[in-house]
Parts: sequence; C-alpha cells; structure tokens
Amino acid sequence: MTLLDKLLQLLVAVVVFAAVMGVVLLVADRARGRRADLVSGIAFTAPALLLLLVGLLYPAARTAVQSVLDAGSASFVGLDNYIRIFTQPDLVIVLRNTLLWVVITPILSTAIGLVYAVLVDRTRFEAFAKALIFLPMAISFVGAAIIWKFVYEYRPDQQNIQQIGLLNQFLVWLGFEPVNFILAEPWNNLLLIIVMIWIQAGFAMTVLSAAIKAIPSDIVEAARLDGVGGLRLFFYITLPSIRPAVVVVVTAISIAVLKVFDIVRTMTGGQFGTSVVANEFYVQSFRLSDLGMGSALAMILFLLVVPIVVYNVRQMRKVDAR
Amino acid sequence: MTVLDATGDTGTGLVHAATSRSAAAKKGLTSPWASLAAIVIAVLWTIPTFGLFLSSLRPERDVQRTGWWTFFANPAITFDNYAEVLFGGNQPLVGFFANSILITLPSVAIPITLATMAAYGFAWTRFPMRDTLFVAIFALQIVPLQVALLPLLEIFVGTGLNGTFWTVWIAHSTFALPLATFLLHNSMREIPAELVEAARVDGAGHVRIFTTIMVPLMKPAIAAFAVFQFLWVWNDLLVALVFAGGTLDVAPLTVRLANLVGDRGSNWYLLAPGAFVAIIVPLVVFVALQRYFVRGLLAGSVKG
Repeated sequence: MTLLDKLLQLLVAVVVFAAVMGVVLLVADRARGRRADLVSGIAFTAPALLLLLVGLLYPAARTAVQSVLDAGSASFVGLDNYIRIFTQPDLVIVLRNTLLWVVITPILSTAIGLVYAVLVDRTRFEAFAKALIFLPMAISFVGAAIIWKFVYEYRPDQQNIQQIGLLNQFLVWLGFEPVNFILAEPWNNLLLIIVMIWIQAGFAMTVLSAAIKAIPSDIVEAARLDGVGGLRLFFYITLPSIRPAVVVVVTAISIAVLKVFDIVRTMTGGQFGTSVVANEFYVQSFRLSDLGMGSALAMILFLLVVPIVVYNVRQMRKVDAR
Repeated sequence: MTVLDATGDTGTGLVHAATSRSAAAKKGLTSPWASLAAIVIAVLWTIPTFGLFLSSLRPERDVQRTGWWTFFANPAITFDNYAEVLFGGNQPLVGFFANSILITLPSVAIPITLATMAAYGFAWTRFPMRDTLFVAIFALQIVPLQVALLPLLEIFVGTGLNGTFWTVWIAHSTFALPLATFLLHNSMREIPAELVEAARVDGAGHVRIFTTIMVPLMKPAIAAFAVFQFLWVWNDLLVALVFAGGTLDVAPLTVRLANLVGDRGSNWYLLAPGAFVAIIVPLVVFVALQRYFVRGLLAGSVKG
C-alpha cells in the first residue's frame, strides 16, 4: 500500500463512521412523544453494546470453549490443556516467573513511589523531581525494554573490547569480570522486572502523592506539636491515612503486571527461562498455532486477574466514599 | 485533582504558619539523607534514558565499540543515525511512523465518540434493562484483551478485513469501550439535572441536549481519556502484532522496533535513534497534556 492508499482507507473510515453515527443520531432525534426516551436510549447505547458483543463478549466465550479443545479446535480434550500448564516443566517455570513478577513488581514500585513522593513533598523542586520519575510512564514497554537492554548489554571479556552496557562497565570498574546478565537464569527475571518497576513507580508516586496532599494538615500539625516527626510521622500518620490509596495502587500494578508481554518479548522473547503467562499465550497461540493451549493460558490470565480486579474495585469504592 | 502543579503552598498565607510548617518539614524530611535518597532515585530513573539518547547521537563506530559515557572524554555528535533509520534501507522507519499515526487517530476518536454517546444513554435516558447493561459493561473491564484476541482474529480473517487498518481500529476501539464508558458515565452523572430539565422544558430533545450541553461540559473528561487512550494505542505492541504484524504494510513503530531488537541487538546505532523516534511523540503529548492524564489516572486505575 502506498501512503495515498492508506490515507484513502482513513478517509473511508472517517466517512463510514460519521455516516453511521449521523444516522443513529437522526433516528434518536426523529422519535417524539412517549417513545422518544426509549428510542433515544437504544440509539445512544446500541453502537457501543454491539461492538462489545461482537468484539469482546463473543470472542471471550469462544476462547473459553477453545480452551477445552485440542490444538486445532477439532476434538474435546477436557482439562488437558490446563493440566499441562501445571505439570509440564517449561510451563511450570512460566507460572513461577509470573508469580515472581506479580509479587515483586507491585511491592517495589509502590514502595519506591511512596518513599519518593514523601521525600519530594513540599520541597522546592517537587514538580521537576516528580517529572523525572513520571516520564517513563509515557514510554512504551518496547521503548523501555530497548533502553534497559542497552544497560544490561554484555561484551565478552577480551582485550581491546570495551563494555557498552553501563551495568557491566560498573562491574569492570570495580574490578569484576563482566556478566552476560540476560542469560543468567533465574536472576534474569529480576532484570526484566526492574524495567516494569521503572515504569510503574511513576504511577504509584502520582496517585500516592495526591493522597498524601489530601491528608488534613491539622492532623499533621497536631502530630508535629506532639513532637512526632520524621520516620514516626510517616509510619503513624502518613501511611495509615493513605492506606486505601496504597491498596489501589498495589492492585492496579498487579493487574498491569499480569498482562505484561511487550517487555519479555522485546528483551528475551521468553527464552532463557524468562517467559510469563501473557508471553506464553502469544507464543502458543500465534507461533506454535496451538489454539487449545493459547486459549487455556488466556483463561488462566483471566482467572488470575478477576480476584484482583474485584478487590481493587471494592477498595476504590471505599476511597471514593471517604 | 491537581497533583503535579501543586508544588507546595509556602509563600502565601500567614507568614507565621508558613515558617512553622517549613521549619517542621525541614526537621522531619529534608535531612541530608532524605535529599540524598531522592537524588539517588532520580538519577537511577534518568540515566538509562539519557544513555540511550546520547547513544542515538554518537557516530556508528563509537556506539558499537564504546559505552556512551566515553562521549565526555571524546565528544562527537552526528545526526546520520537518525537519517539512516528514518529514511535509509528498504524498510525506513518513517513509513511505520505514518502507520502509527494512521492507527492511533481513529483508535482514539472512535471509542471516545461511542463511549460518550453510550454514557449519555446510560445516564440520561430510560429504557428496559438499562442498569443491567451498564453493570455488564462495567464488569467487562475485568476481561484481559488476551482472552478476545484469537477468536477476533478468526472473525477478521473470515470477513477479509485482515491486513488492513480496520482490524486494529476495531480491536482498539472495542477494548477501550468498557473503561471509557464507565469513566465518562461517572463524570456525566455529575452534571446538574436542573440543566437537563431546563433544556427539556425549552423543547430540546436528547440529541440537542447531548450535542449542545453534554459534549461541551464533558470536554475535560473526554480530554483525560483521550490522552490515556492515545498513549495506550501508540505504545501498544500486542494488538498491533496480532492484527497488523503479519504484513509490515500496516504495522506501527512498536512492531518494527521489536523486530529490530530481534536482529540480535547488533545494530545499536540504529536501535537507539529508532527508539527515540517512537518515544518522542508520546513524551511531547504527555508533557503537554499531563494535567489531563493525571486526572484520568486518578479517576480509574484499572485498564482492561
């Protein structure tokens, strides 16, 4: 396709979409009298509902069915795909890695974001300091993975060859031999997790900073008059006051982490014992064309996300109610 | 919900209050150790990006053989890498850049239009099953998009849409709807009912109320979600890979970059400027519209 063809495709899309929406609004507008409310209500909501039905609900139901069928969706295999996920050694490693991600990332991102938010709160450089931590959130996972791949880059330890990755250069400066980090199982998982922490700490900081600023200042003043300061102020006043926000941040990051795919795919492609459920889903579905296994992994992802989302929503309600 | 521009309130108000508070703050938190910790975190968070940026401007020989920190001992700058990765070779990045824009614009505009309309329908009209359907949409936020990808691809292949931008537009629009409808519905409920009643008394129908009252009042909420969705679509790899990855014809920047990495990382002098080309657009949007983004972030921290 030339650029002109592509622009034409965009133009067609704009015209089609505008026409459909125009017709919908026209229908809603023509209805008068007692039925006006009913017709308008249906006209306003039907496009979104229809798209969700065809694009999300039906596919999700079909994935659930495919997860109990074989690789070609030809015959019923019961829970075989699920059993394989929990027994086949390489897939058990995938589950272990996912567990590592989901435990380590939210805790460290939130801790770092919280500490940083407290440290820069009400200082002269607050806006600038926050922007530094905040900016990685605008960077794609692919971009972030490239940035960090460059940090971890390894060059063999030979004469006339210099390290180009910062981490290995530090090892060399300190007198150690450079390490091919990406190949070092199972520690390489932590290197990938650091990339996600680097991105998510900004999110944690932003939400928690807003929560800290919402703490009534008379409470803080009262505590200070009583001589509470520094760490004790943080643990006895700040932390309990923002507990609901902390829970929301931890759960939100957990959900994002479960679905992380781009970082793993870009940095290792899931090799060297670093695959996670979301990456394995892609590999099984689209590279190995095992529809049954791919669907089962997608369902596992779904089942892992549900309890966290439910908990998150309930906590959000509590935060809103305050 | 001004988070980033609330840079402290010293300087206004009673001098006494200001001094006592800042004195207390100094005692508690701006000890040298606290400042040091903040600086260490800030440096750790900035160095990796800075390293890549500097590398993107160094000559090919230097990038491939030495670390970016040697730049300071031996400074040399060139824009050749940018020129080569953008326009050189048989798959110049500028084409993927165009694709990213072509994918992103409708993928932001369509779900926002649909969700704003749906939000109005759920908030201000009455029809059977209204509340049930709204709860259903709310609940759909739980579904990770991975669950829908395989069958959706089958549908697209069946309809012959595969290999066009339509697949990516439809997929992104669909996946955005639950959160968008929910957030816009929330802020639409906050608009005073008297306003709608007054318009109705004047004989305005739903369409007029929607276009002349709701949409103008909803601008901040719409902007918040637009920034959110823009970053999501521009930075997405999974949806693009599944629906537009087969043909490089319609693939966005992220797919091309991921492929570049796949070439065993031997071409750092192209990878660094390539990554920066992809990063710069969301970064500019982000910095310019930060206020709206933070709003959206605080309104809904779950993305399906």
